[in-house]
Amino acid sequence: MKKPSQFENEFSKSSGAGETLERSGFSRRSFIKGGGALVIGFSMGGVFSATDALAQRRPAPGSPPANELDSWIAVGADGRVTAYTGKEELGQGMSTAQTQLIAEELCVRFDRVTLIMADTSMTPDQGVTSGSQSHPTNFNHRNLAQAGATAREALLQMGSKHLEIPVAQLVAVDGEIRSKADASKKVSYGELVVGKKFNLKVDPAAKRKPESEWTILGQSLPRPDMPEMVTGRYEYVQNVRLPGMLHGMVVRPGAVGATLKNVDESSVAGLPGLVKVVVRKNFVGVVAEKQWQAIQIANQLKVEWSAGSGLPSQATFYDYLRNKKPTHDTLVVNSNDVDEKLSGAPTVLKATYYYPYQMHGSIGSSCAVADVQGDKATVWSPTQGVWPLRGTLSILLGLKPENVRVIFRRGAGCYGLNGADTVSFDAALLSQAVGKPVRIQLTRKQEMAWENYGFAFVLDERAGLDAHGNIVAWEQEAWAPVLGNRPGYRTPGNVITGLLAGFEPEAFEPRSPAAEPTEYRNNGNAASSYMAGRVGGVAQGTGTIQSERSLLHNVVSPFWTAPLRSPQRLQNTFAQESFMDELAAKAQIDPLEFRLRHLSEPRLIDVVRAAAKGANWEARLSPNPNRKKTGIASGRGMSCVAYEGSNGYAAMVAEVDVDQETGKITVKRIVIANDAGPISNPDGLRNQMEGGALQGLSRALLEEVTWDDQNVTSVDWLTYHSLYLGFDVPKVDTILLNRPDRNATGAGETAITIVSAALGNAIFDATGARIRQVPITAERVKAALAART
Amino acid sequence: MSAITLKVNGKTHSLDVDPTTPLLYILSDDLALRGPKFGCGLGQCGACTVMVKGRAIRSCITPVETVQGEEITTLEGLGSIDKPHPIQKAFMEEEAAQCGYCLSGVILTAKAFLDAHPHATEKEIQEGMSRVLCRCFTHTRMLRAIERARQEMA
Repeated sequence: MKKPSQFENEFSKSSGAGETLERSGFSRRSFIKGGGALVIGFSMGGVFSATDALAQRRPAPGSPPANELDSWIAVGADGRVTAYTGKEELGQGMSTAQTQLIAEELCVRFDRVTLIMADTSMTPDQGVTSGSQSHPTNFNHRNLAQAGATAREALLQMGSKHLEIPVAQLVAVDGEIRSKADASKKVSYGELVVGKKFNLKVDPAAKRKPESEWTILGQSLPRPDMPEMVTGRYEYVQNVRLPGMLHGMVVRPGAVGATLKNVDESSVAGLPGLVKVVVRKNFVGVVAEKQWQAIQIANQLKVEWSAGSGLPSQATFYDYLRNKKPTHDTLVVNSNDVDEKLSGAPTVLKATYYYPYQMHGSIGSSCAVADVQGDKATVWSPTQGVWPLRGTLSILLGLKPENVRVIFRRGAGCYGLNGADTVSFDAALLSQAVGKPVRIQLTRKQEMAWENYGFAFVLDERAGLDAHGNIVAWEQEAWAPVLGNRPGYRTPGNVITGLLAGFEPEAFEPRSPAAEPTEYRNNGNAASSYMAGRVGGVAQGTGTIQSERSLLHNVVSPFWTAPLRSPQRLQNTFAQESFMDELAAKAQIDPLEFRLRHLSEPRLIDVVRAAAKGANWEARLSPNPNRKKTGIASGRGMSCVAYEGSNGYAAMVAEVDVDQETGKITVKRIVIANDAGPISNPDGLRNQMEGGALQGLSRALLEEVTWDDQNVTSVDWLTYHSLYLGFDVPKVDTILLNRPDRNATGAGETAITIVSAALGNAIFDATGARIRQVPITAERVKAALAART
Repeated sequence: MSAITLKVNGKTHSLDVDPTTPLLYILSDDLALRGPKFGCGLGQCGACTVMVKGRAIRSCITPVETVQGEEITTLEGLGSIDKPHPIQKAFMEEEAAQCGYCLSGVILTAKAFLDAHPHATEKEIQEGMSRVLCRCFTHTRMLRAIERARQEMA
């Protein structure tokens, strides 16, 4: 069986570049200087900020330097281009878009570019593929995009020398430098570079190709991985098979907080295929020859756990959050006059919103393959960040970072930090214990019961209206639990396996009261889009409300937490956009008009108008004055977001039917308008919009993690609900606003962020019943209908 | 362990395996097939789907001994990149996937359903797919692709 090394596979596809690189003695490994501990860290504040910091931190030692052109691009003797990126294909189409980018900037055909993603032996450290950061990071004037522009300009210079024609009279076309005047005077990239390195710095002044000249970017090119996927030939991490590979399985604790008391190895002695029972502190696993054997052995292994630490009652959990101490408090904005303005306002409105823990719930449980032998380790992982994982694996295994190689292999869609990192730790610990390659794929229950969930939230909103129906002040106060996080470069204890193996999660640092904000950072969307965002006397928000405050209290969570698609942005937006609708109703103003009145950001205004137009929005009050009081009532609701404050703009109109007898919601149509800057691949972007909208629907209507006094009870698809393929799928209309003159923004998390509020607002429009809690179950709808005044 | 004969994608394999092993593990580990995948091990999601005697079954809960000698077709056996089945072709044309992990469940369930109901309405197709999960929520494209294939196959 062929060893599934990405190095071999990718280069075998692009043999020209690979052979030439080898011949010229060019090895990605040569970049790895080795030695030295990981010295660069980031604030481990025990709160959301640590995750955000991952995107900005400097690369790990040993990473190909980001300012060197050769870190990003190589041209083979056959003229094929190989590009190296830290931003991964997770199913969102990022490999296609990045390949288009390099083909465009280098003026070569799409199929002449090989993209190598996320392998610590080859690709630069770009942190994690998350937070809607891949486009901002690699498509604007830096990193991969700037390397592409630098390479094209370098090739033009080299062509000029070779052809003895000034650069101004040359053009790069289809992998050649040609004379504009005489097309017979030309030289191919392969001839120019002859497989050597560029030995150039990435030039910040290199000129990107303007959108008006694009022929590859901006096109709906099909995804090159699609044929392999639909014919069952694509190699997911679950399909990685190594010679001599064994199979592992883990045994998770009997309850949350339980510790290991005893493992009775004799309970599995003599079972077929058993290789080893592995115990390290509270980590328990088994290794066997075959997968089914490993599962059976793990099931039969007698393991004694202490009692769990006990869990707070789910029925009163939101009160528990609100009262939990200590807190870590953060002020995003504070004009220090909110109380005064509210006391002077003729109308003050208050409302509280609730959002549950939700899970990533990947359809494929997490899987990894590790080969740890002696002082070296290679791990095939679906992790979102190979360089961070290299750091934590080296700590976990007690190996030098430079002796650990992490190779990204795609798993099932993750939508954030699912079990990818924890299962990589599982595989590595098991492989280290037996000195042979070990594959492990978690059970469904292990995946669901121990993953790092998306944050639960309680949000109090309070605002005042003047006599004309203008918002004079708005305050948000929210509570959200945190425990663990992405493991980052040095915190294996941020996920379950690391904790079991003896590492602590990042410390929770109490901080109350919050410090006054010194810079405007709204990447969690804690400040609503309608706030002016004034910090240091400068309005940096997207709205007009000058009197503003947003305060967040983080508290310690009983469950693991980490980013789940649109972390905190979604929860904040659910509350803010629902509350905006409540304010519009109170002010007796059409919800569209009311939004436009309080927005200042033109890009946000434009998507709001576009969505309204696409949905033939009828200007009138909500709830609909002509609504049906019984039976099926129809309504429409709007919501919008400036994602992370400025990383993408989206607006949505949802049209729903509400059965007022049963509380059943049927979503008929969703219209989304989105602005992500210049569009790399329109169809890929539409796919993200449609998927985001429907995943948002599933989260809004069904998804909620449940638990009893000891354990999570959402452990399979009967106990954690997701919309199957057969549900009444609404029509989804996507309107894309192309902004070639602006920077590229993220787009994978905008649509999902605004679904729950759009639905709640549509239900209100149809019936006058206000939804303030997710998931919007039929029972909750019925309760809201009964509570109508 | 016992000798088992399996007919998979037109090839016959003689294996010495625990006869109670779920078919999925034999296909993915012993035969190194990539189509059927472990999703839940409980028959709830569809990622492990294969076809046996024209029916879409969940291989994660099917002991291998129960399908001895039957014609088993996996996603890779349905068609190839050069010669895709009309449903696979429709999925390529509609770009009807994101991560693609669920595709054995989606495509093979659709195949079994369309074979039995060549004139199904869109609503009926949706009902036919009611126990298949896609967590990327590529639903609109997938249903469009299935309808496209239905028209081509009818």
